[in-house]
Amino acid sequence: MTTAIEAVDAAESPVEVRPGLLRSKVLRQPQTIVGLSVIAICVAVAILSPVIAPHPKQQVGPVFAPPGGEHLLGTDGGGADMVKLLVAGTRVSLMVGFAAAIVSALIGGAIGLASGFFGGKTDTVLMRFTDYVIVIPDVPLMIVAAALFGRSLTNIILIIGVIYWTTTARLIRAQVKSVRERVYVKRARALGAGNSRLVGKHILPQVAPLLIANTVLLVAYAIFAETFITFLGLGDPSLISWGRLIENAFTDDALLNDAWWAIVPPGVCVAVVVLACTMVGQAMEESLNPRLSVGHLSPRRFRVRPVPPAREP
Amino acid sequence: MTGLDYIVKRVLFALVTVFAAVTLNFVLFRAIPGDAVQALRCQHCTVKFKNSLRQELGLDKSKWEQYKLYLQDLAHGDLGKSVRSQRSVWDELWPSIKNTMPMIALGYVFSIVLGTIVGVVSAWRRGTIVDKAGLWTGLGFYSMPPQWLGLMIVLFLAGAVGLPTSGIKDPTLGILGDASTWDLIVDRLRHMVLPALTIGLVLYGEYALIVRSAMLETLGEDYVLTARAKGLSAWATVWRHGFRNALLPVVTLGALSLGYIIGGFITVEYVFSYPGIGLAIVESIDQRDFPVLQGAFLLLAISVIFFNLIADLLYFRLDPRVRA
Repeated sequence: MTTAIEAVDAAESPVEVRPGLLRSKVLRQPQTIVGLSVIAICVAVAILSPVIAPHPKQQVGPVFAPPGGEHLLGTDGGGADMVKLLVAGTRVSLMVGFAAAIVSALIGGAIGLASGFFGGKTDTVLMRFTDYVIVIPDVPLMIVAAALFGRSLTNIILIIGVIYWTTTARLIRAQVKSVRERVYVKRARALGAGNSRLVGKHILPQVAPLLIANTVLLVAYAIFAETFITFLGLGDPSLISWGRLIENAFTDDALLNDAWWAIVPPGVCVAVVVLACTMVGQAMEESLNPRLSVGHLSPRRFRVRPVPPAREP
Repeated sequence: MTGLDYIVKRVLFALVTVFAAVTLNFVLFRAIPGDAVQALRCQHCTVKFKNSLRQELGLDKSKWEQYKLYLQDLAHGDLGKSVRSQRSVWDELWPSIKNTMPMIALGYVFSIVLGTIVGVVSAWRRGTIVDKAGLWTGLGFYSMPPQWLGLMIVLFLAGAVGLPTSGIKDPTLGILGDASTWDLIVDRLRHMVLPALTIGLVLYGEYALIVRSAMLETLGEDYVLTARAKGLSAWATVWRHGFRNALLPVVTLGALSLGYIIGGFITVEYVFSYPGIGLAIVESIDQRDFPVLQGAFLLLAISVIFFNLIADLLYFRLDPRVRA
């Protein structure tokens, strides 16, 4: 008995992980190379940002000065240099993206692992709970939570992380369930291996690549989600992120000033990084699971999902 | 499992989820430090006034009592009272809901039509440049924050097409002479076009990919080959044998993705100052009018749960394999 969501979520088809598979298949695809380079450049910029762009908010010129000359991308509504702001924004946006994705992966991974490994009642309870969380609209929930619990970076990371774990949990659960039934795991159990040894030695290595692929996709959603929260004025007021730059441009009436240089670049940054993460995560998932190669996007997230597995004739 | 069993099961699941959403809503809004009255942005409110407000809202009672009261009120269709205007939350939100619905419907239709066309063409011409261009454009739009795409449209498109970029009604309309009903409708539509276009563009890529993969699957079926073999034109094959069978996921996912639209349109309405429920949420956050925010969130959650239920039922109706 399937429901519409489950039919869409057929990502639950388990996969076999061979060592070296990721390296051999994923790294050869042009989309992965492009995606990884973009991510690498952004991470480098984020790490070096205090050196490249100290004091990004400092006023260095007239308000909304057009691009050219000393300021390559002009200035924003506060007269600060746009390039410096973008560099500083990279740091915060990526920090939110990675931190929230890790929180999600930890929660989703733990729930999926427990659910798949123990099965039975634990599985029923945890998956029921996941089903409820999936149906509650995530973006409004994040907005409400951010409005209620205050405007700090930690809160935003936790809010995004605590809400986005559901797809991870289901994916990991299916994988764990299938690995658990494999002969070598059963043999290890028969030889007297305890739960922690089974999980650590036999199950986690089979699940980890999928979890990493999923985390890369989660980075994209988290960066995206941060722009929503920040756009409504719920971001950390002391920090500059890409989402914050879009918000600033909007509230400082960059539109009325025709200052396209204050609005266009931060959105382009978000779109490029989100696209890069999607490409890499997708390529990884595809190489882990060949059934995914004809995929479609899920209704809730901008990620490629598999079509339901074909029936055996 | 019979059809009735399935329907009863899905409806029960939806009802339990609504209950879970209600409880989550209560817990979230009571977990904040202080309470709704303390949070209210109001400079000249006296302590006495705030205390009486508290009493009126039932905030002086125990949490358990408050929860029971909240459930009781909801059962009577009472979403509470706005702290700011003292009007009922439903009265505050209803006009916004009425504004939002046609705009979202327009954006939704736009994304489905565009997505279906791009998806069918991509599948038909798979592997060609047309296929790749269509998919990558869709994925590109999908990666853009909707609020930013809205700003881009205001910046680069609105001037060229001469459509209004904010509000829902031309303020001068009806002042400089009489406006007919037709004029009012046209004016209303003109204000809806750009926000709806933003939502449509953000979402169409999703449909394009869904339609494309469903089309590829059906075009590989034997009956499609038979249709071609008996001499049907390529167009007739794609249309009559491919497309109609590929529509199944579009219908069910269409209902599911309404939930996603509901998340995205909040910021889009803010960009276009479109007085819908998204803008009402933004304003209630601004004023820290928590009862209104709470009511709006609950309504959104219930509508998403409702559309999920519809998707499940449609899926059951359309795909006989589910019944097996």
